Amino acid sequence: MKRYYVMGLFSNFEEAFATISEIRSHAIQGVSVDDVTLKSPIEHPEIEEILGDRGSPVPKFSLFGAIFGICFGFLFLASAQATFLVQPAGGKAVIPLPSNIVLTYEMLILFGVISTLIGFMISARLMTKRHPLYSEKVSVDQIGVMLELDEKNVDSIKDLFKKHKVLEIREEVSQ
Amino acid sequence: MQTKDINENIAWAKINEDVLRSMENPRKGYWIAVAACIAMVMCAVLAEIYQYQVGMGPSNLNWPHMWDLYIATFVFWIGMSHSGTLLSAILHIIQADWRKPIYRFAEAMTTFSLMTAGLFPIIHLGRVWNMYWVLPYVSDRGIWPNFRSPLIWDAFAITTYLTSSALFLFIGMIPDLAICRDNARGWRQKLYTVLSLGWQGDDRQWRNFRKIYLLMACFLIPLAVSVHSIVSADFAMSIMPGWHITSFPPYFVAGALYSGCAAIITLFIILRYFFRFDEYMTIPILEKTCKLTFAIAMVWSYLTLIEFASVWYGHDMVAKESLLSRFTGPYAPFFWLMLFCGIVAPFALAIEKFRRHLPTMFVVSLVLNLGMWLERWMIVTPTLATSYHPFAFDTMWPSMVQWAIVFGSFGWFGLLFLIFVKVFPSVSMYEVKEMVFHRRHYHSADLATKFHRRASDREEDGEPSTEGAKS
Repeated sequence: MKRYYVMGLFSNFEEAFATISEIRSHAIQGVSVDDVTLKSPIEHPEIEEILGDRGSPVPKFSLFGAIFGICFGFLFLASAQATFLVQPAGGKAVIPLPSNIVLTYEMLILFGVISTLIGFMISARLMTKRHPLYSEKVSVDQIGVMLELDEKNVDSIKDLFKKHKVLEIREEVSQ
Repeated sequence: MQTKDINENIAWAKINEDVLRSMENPRKGYWIAVAACIAMVMCAVLAEIYQYQVGMGPSNLNWPHMWDLYIATFVFWIGMSHSGTLLSAILHIIQADWRKPIYRFAEAMTTFSLMTAGLFPIIHLGRVWNMYWVLPYVSDRGIWPNFRSPLIWDAFAITTYLTSSALFLFIGMIPDLAICRDNARGWRQKLYTVLSLGWQGDDRQWRNFRKIYLLMACFLIPLAVSVHSIVSADFAMSIMPGWHITSFPPYFVAGALYSGCAAIITLFIILRYFFRFDEYMTIPILEKTCKLTFAIAMVWSYLTLIEFASVWYGHDMVAKESLLSRFTGPYAPFFWLMLFCGIVAPFALAIEKFRRHLPTMFVVSLVLNLGMWLERWMIVTPTLATSYHPFAFDTMWPSMVQWAIVFGSFGWFGLLFLIFVKVFPSVSMYEVKEMVFHRRHYHSADLATKFHRRASDREEDGEPSTEGAKS
């Protein structure tokens, strides 16, 4: 089944948000706000009020990385220090907690940071091919509203875009 | 008189143009600066080759002066690295948006300072070929590094900090790298295509970007504090007079922030002048940076005096004698100069007329950093000169080899920075757009009048535009 991608480029957030608000209020049958992707040169602080809270799993990656860092850091140090038969501790604790806490803390942060980055790359779907409708104008000063649609809704969406003073409409068909 | 952090009527397209222009064909002055930096680096390389060939003798490093300029300069560069990432992270969390035009080069400064600092322990080793001994691996003899040693903590902390701050810098640049990708040709386009990781600016990416940036900031603040605390532990955990002081970790962290802020002022003025970033690196933003530096300078001054007081009232005669020798001994001129540069000179930052005068601020920022470098030298050397054993009292002056390597480290830092500003955007384009956008839409005219203008201002600027992205 053919899927249509339509993107309207707007000169400001107000018009783009007004367009999405109409889609949200089911102005066009069969098109919902879940089909909308907003492309912008900056992150708009009120975007979630328009698109709904879509959430981000990145903090879970951070938490996992931090916990892994604590466990790995401490166990790594402890296992190294446990070779006490080779490396006499001279009466001191074989696994000293105060000094190990410092290095465990560093490992917490290192693995937390790396895991956060991995989480970001997965969640933001980075390192994937750019969409054919990507416009360089979005990185300058225009706001793009892109929808994935059935053929029957394409004209309605274009009309909605025009109603909100769209600057340019681009479309792409995928098989 | 310019009173706004930024002109909210700048068009977004102009921001892209101005920043991208700064990355285009370097002018003659740029190449002269590059040549000067390379010459400085060559001085250090030649000195290091000489030291490598004949041993540590030519550096004058001999008992009791096992540590000298190399370690002092190492601490200086570690300190310099603190303001970029730490201030960027703190100001991001408290939503101080005036950081936006200046944080990029400050974060780059952090990364390059760490890359410079990391060279010094290796050079200081003498036997540079054994530097890998610091890594935690099982050697042929089954012996691990001593994890109780602050020197090993240093290796872990600096590696973690370098990795994290480089990632913080990189992540913050991704949207800008996409802008560069869309505007570049040739090898630059290939480079930016790879580095921008397919950024398209969609809502999913921005949503996750906001999260990661906040999380990274949260990770980096305690990390930055821990790194310099650990560096201070190199000294404070020894029993040497003048080093074994409880207040050393906050003292080092304050000193690090201080020197980093001073370096931000220096680089701010240089970039503003050479890249004509007058509209982004504005005088009000410089003023805010200066005020912050002044506040940190006062914290550092307080901690310096506390250090003296705790030694004085501590009744540890050796430590007291070591302190007195700093005021009156052979290193006294440098010590007094350090006190002048670190405690007296920052009062220039408290005077509005000076804060708004770029040449004065440029000189003051250099003086402050001279003071901070002297501080590290005055921590390391006088203690070793007058330690516990009077028979070992010895005054040592660094040799030309040490001076050449220290001199070259500034060239190395400068070279990395010069390459950075021509390959990567030194002003964050998307964040400046955000700043402009917020000022346009969320600052009422009344508040703008109240907070962006002074009573002495006579003329009213035009009202902020309420138009959208384009003006």
